[in-house]
Amino acid sequence: MPPKAIFAAPGDHHTPPPPETRPLAAFRIEDTVSAPTASRNGVVSALRRHPPALIGVAILAGVTLLALLSPLLFPGDPLAITGEPFLWPFASLAHPLGTDSLGRDILAGVAHGARVSLRIGLSATALGLVLGVAAGALAGYKGGWTDAAISRLIEIFQTVPSFVLLVVLVAITQPSAGTLSAAIAIVTWPTVARLARAEFRSLREKDFVLAARSLGYSHTRIIIHEILPNALPPIVVTASVMVASAILMESALSFMGLGDPNVVSWGSMIGQGREYLRSAWYISALPGLAIMLTVLALNLIGDALNEALNPRKRGGRA
Amino acid sequence: MPLLSITDLSTHFRLPDGALRALDGVSLEVEAGETLGIVGESGCGKSTLGKTILRLVEPTAGAIAFDGDDITALPTGKLAPYRRRAQMVFQDPFASLNPRHTVAKILGDPLKVHGIGGLHERRRRVEDMLRRVGLGPDALDRYPHEFSGGQRQRIGIARALILEPDLVICDEPVSALDLSIQAQTLNLLARMKADLGLSYIFISHDLSVVRYFTDRVVVMYLGRIVESAPTRGLWARPLHPYTRALMASVPDPAQGRIALPLKGDLPSPQDIPRGCRFHPRCPLATDLCRSSEPELRDAGDGQSIACHHA
Repeated sequence: MPPKAIFAAPGDHHTPPPPETRPLAAFRIEDTVSAPTASRNGVVSALRRHPPALIGVAILAGVTLLALLSPLLFPGDPLAITGEPFLWPFASLAHPLGTDSLGRDILAGVAHGARVSLRIGLSATALGLVLGVAAGALAGYKGGWTDAAISRLIEIFQTVPSFVLLVVLVAITQPSAGTLSAAIAIVTWPTVARLARAEFRSLREKDFVLAARSLGYSHTRIIIHEILPNALPPIVVTASVMVASAILMESALSFMGLGDPNVVSWGSMIGQGREYLRSAWYISALPGLAIMLTVLALNLIGDALNEALNPRKRGGRA
Repeated sequence: MPLLSITDLSTHFRLPDGALRALDGVSLEVEAGETLGIVGESGCGKSTLGKTILRLVEPTAGAIAFDGDDITALPTGKLAPYRRRAQMVFQDPFASLNPRHTVAKILGDPLKVHGIGGLHERRRRVEDMLRRVGLGPDALDRYPHEFSGGQRQRIGIARALILEPDLVICDEPVSALDLSIQAQTLNLLARMKADLGLSYIFISHDLSVVRYFTDRVVVMYLGRIVESAPTRGLWARPLHPYTRALMASVPDPAQGRIALPLKGDLPSPQDIPRGCRFHPRCPLATDLCRSSEPELRDAGDGQSIACHHA
C-alpha cells in the first residue's frame, strides 16, 4: 500500500531543484503558453498599441466600405460613359475624381475596382491558404516519403518564376474572378506550405502531441485539433501579406489586359491610362494610389500581427 | 498473469551517423496493482522504454503483451482498446498540455474520441476527475497557462486517468516541480492508485522518490537492465556496482558519502562498449567483462543482476 504522506518518512534526502529551474519554467509560460491570450484579447490590444496598425485598419475599413457601398453610391455600370473625356479631378462636382479618356467616372471605377481587388485578394488567399496548409501539414506531420514528395513539389513551384506561371495559367483559361483567384492561389500556395510544414515538423514532437497519440486520437484529429491551432499565428501573419500580393498580382494581370474584360479593376484602369501619362497622369495615378494604400494597409496590419502573434519577436521561443 | 509483460524489447533509432540503441533487449513484468520503478542516468533509455511500451515509439524487436494480449504488432488503428487501458503522465507540465485548449476540452476529448458517454455524462466525469485531483469546476473553462506548474501536472494526471486505465506510466512526473509541490503530487498519485486500483511504471532519476514510491525497482544502464529487485531488498543489499554507485551518489548526512566513484561519463548509446557495457566505468572490471556481456541472473529474494562478479 502506498504510504499516506510520502515525505513524512525519515531519512528522506532531496537535492532541491536548481534555482534556475523556476525562472526558466516561468519564461516558457510567457512564451509558448500565453499564445491563447495573444490570439484572443492580445491581437486587439496589440493592434491598439501599434499606431501604424491602426492606420492600416482604418484604410482597409475605408476601402472595404467603399467596395461594399459601391453599387449604392455608383449604381449602373462603371464602364459606362457618363461625361466628357479627360475631365480633371475636382473640376466637376458630378465627377469628383474626373473622367478617363472615354469619359468614364474614375471615382466609380475606383469604388467598383475595390470590389474586384478585395474579392480576388481574399478568395485567392483563402484558396492558397487551404492548399498550402493542407500540403504543409501533411508533409510536416507525416515526414518520410510524403514529406519528400511534397517538398520536391514545393521546390518545383518555387523555382518557376511565379509571375510567368501566373500569366501562363491565366492565358490558358477564361479570365474571371474565379480563374484569376485560382491561378494566384496556385502561384502562392508553396510559400504557405513551407511555413506550415516547418511549424508542423516542430510541433509534432511536442509532448502534448505525444499525449494526444497515447490517448488514441486519430491523425486527422491531431493535425486539425491539436497542432493546427498552435501553427496558425505565423500563417495568419503571412495571410495578410498574401492578400496584398494577390491584389498586386491581379492588378498586374489586368494592367497587361489579362484580367476579366467585363469588370473594372484598378489594374485595368492603370493600363488604360498609360497612353495618356504625359497629358492626363491622374487616370493612372488615382487607381495606383488606391492599390498603394490598400497594400500598405495590409502590410501595416501584417507587421502588427507579426509582433502580436510571433513569440520569436517577443524574446525567443522555448 | 502479469498485467504487462515485455520480452527482449529493443528500440533502435536510425541516425545519419549510425544506429542509436536506446533500448537493447529489455524484459520485465508489471503485476496488477504494482508500482515498478525504473531508475538510471539521463540517456539510459528509461523514457524510451516508457514510450515504447505505449507504442508511441515503435520497437525494433521484442514483444509487448498487455493483459495477455500481444500488442507489439497491432496496427495503430487497432490500438484504441489498449490506449484506453495504458496512459502516460509526462515530465514537463508546461509542454504536455495543449496551450490552446481549455481544461474541459483537454479532459473531455479523450472521452469523446473513445465514444464514452453523452455530453452530460462526459461533463460529469470530467468534473468528477477534476475534483479527485483537487481542482474545482471553475477550472473547466480556463487555459493551461492560467495554472501553476503543480496544478498543470494535476491536469496532466487527470487526463491520464480520465479513461480509467489500468496502467499509468509516469515519466519523471515530479522532477520539473518545486519540492513542496513534488510531495503533493506524489501523494496525489499514491491516492489515485489506491482509489482506482492502478499499476504504475514510475520512471525517475531521483532515488529517494523511487525508494518511497515503488514496490520494485529496475536499474537501467545504456539501454539494458543491470539490476532488478524489490525496493526494500535493493536498498538493503544493492549488488550491481552501478546500483551501488547510484546509491552512493545520493547525499546522506547520516552516513556520509560512501565513496564508490564512477570513472568517466556515460558512453554514447551510438557507441556501446563491447562486453559488459558498464566495464569502462566499473571498479570491478576484469578481462571477462571486456569480452563477454553478462546476462540477467537470479540472485535470490526476487533480486536479479547482470554482472559477472557481484
